[in-house]
Amino acid sequence: MAYSDKVIDHYENPRNVGALDKADPSVGTGMVGAPACGDVMKLQIRVNDDGIIEDARFKTYGCGSAIASSSLVTEWVKGKTLDQAMAIRNTQIAEELALPPVKIHCSILAEDAIKAAIDDYRTKHGQTAGAEPKAA
Amino acid sequence: MQLPVYLDYSATTPVDQRVVDAMIPWLSQRFGNPASRSHSYGWDAEKAVENAREEVAALVNCDVRELAWTSGATESINLALKGAAMFYKERGRHLITVKTEHKATLDTMRELERSGFEVTYLDVRDDGLIDLEVFKAALRPDTILVSVMSVNNEIGVIQDIPAIGEICRERGIVFHVDSAQATGKIAIDLAKLKVDLMSFSAHKTYGPKGVGALFVRRKPRIHIEAQIHGGGHERGMRSGTLPTHQIVGMGEAFRLARLEMAAENERVRMLRDRLYRGVCEMEEVFVNGDMTHRVPHNLNISFNYVEGESLIMAVKDLAVSSGSACTSASLEPSYVLRALGRSDELAHSSIRFSVGRFTTEQEIDFAIALLKGKVGKLRDMSPLWEMVKDGIDLNSVKWAAH
Repeated sequence: MAYSDKVIDHYENPRNVGALDKADPSVGTGMVGAPACGDVMKLQIRVNDDGIIEDARFKTYGCGSAIASSSLVTEWVKGKTLDQAMAIRNTQIAEELALPPVKIHCSILAEDAIKAAIDDYRTKHGQTAGAEPKAA
Repeated sequence: MQLPVYLDYSATTPVDQRVVDAMIPWLSQRFGNPASRSHSYGWDAEKAVENAREEVAALVNCDVRELAWTSGATESINLALKGAAMFYKERGRHLITVKTEHKATLDTMRELERSGFEVTYLDVRDDGLIDLEVFKAALRPDTILVSVMSVNNEIGVIQDIPAIGEICRERGIVFHVDSAQATGKIAIDLAKLKVDLMSFSAHKTYGPKGVGALFVRRKPRIHIEAQIHGGGHERGMRSGTLPTHQIVGMGEAFRLARLEMAAENERVRMLRDRLYRGVCEMEEVFVNGDMTHRVPHNLNISFNYVEGESLIMAVKDLAVSSGSACTSASLEPSYVLRALGRSDELAHSSIRFSVGRFTTEQEIDFAIALLKGKVGKLRDMSPLWEMVKDGIDLNSVKWAAH
């Protein structure tokens, strides 16, 4: 399969790999996917007192496109408010990485991971979840 | 060191330079048709073809009259299976093969099913070997043909051909063996083996692509129906002008295999074992297939908690085969590993390493270091690995399937 240069760049130099403390009240964690399907993404965000995402980390088990999609969204969510991050669409991810049709599910998973992380943060803070937690 | 490092000798081998040198004159100066009976060009080529036949016969200990040239193992297998099934169809319609066979056998069997034959595809044990009791239980009064590969192309395991041959011979069942992966790797003695048909390929044994041979036993005599007609070459079993240069190449390659295989296999085994020890220093790596009944060239390893496609991307400096055929549409896990009962995840994250005549210790060490680095990096990036390290049983997690 031919990957775009951007996918290869994110795969070879993934941004923001790692983990934040799940128990920290300022951290939201989202995990989506299933090993049997070949992709599991864990995305974590740290939100400051102004409601801005100031840091993000990911770990992904999956193909090059899945790794690239999660790496890319950690870059995108930083500096955004929760509502702005919530507005990121999988089509933007797929377009940025030039994903082929068979890899669109990787971008959908990355969008779901952001939503899951934000929902987790909001639940911790007693806010009503902004979106229904979607089955990945 | 040339990159990518070639560790895919089970896919094909480079033609040995000595073989190339033997082949060249037969393309230009000595171009005669071995079937030309009326002049020295033809006699010269015929002599070269028959010398090569003697070399192939010498490696596998059969009579020269028992060998027919073909275009390769796939054609040999087609000729053996279709030829024998069609000839003996009045005796019965039942054929037996194994789920882990090469596609050349499986697809030919499927074709025979469409022609009205019934085929049993035997399961293997989780070490890749046939359970002889399971095999015996599959035999029927109308079984006419059994086909088993002697060395598996993916996991390198060696089936018990002598025992299966005895069982078939007792019952008068024709027994075909696919030896494409066996020549030069294990000793083959057709004077002793109760094998009726055996397929060979040149290019897996440092010969050229596009040439092979089929052994057809004379005592007791086995008949096959020809599949290609036109001139009655090769005792009517396979028509078509013989490619002298290719045949000379196969003869020379098999001669070298006979002379050098003992020493070569020792060296190759040392390299394979070095690779094996190296990758086993990592956690959660599994060998696919039995390690004792196995050719010294092959190592097939699954790397747990590493996704298959990203593993392929990670090892692009190694020319190896992956357990998942990465097609444009989907990842198909290896059917051979599935037959061993491996999970989809483990089948996907497997790599076949096959070392050979020109592999060096330096290349093996490069491969070990690269794998350790890349697998380590992918695991550091894997949420599954993190959970396993935290002592979480992944089977207890409720995943949202997508």
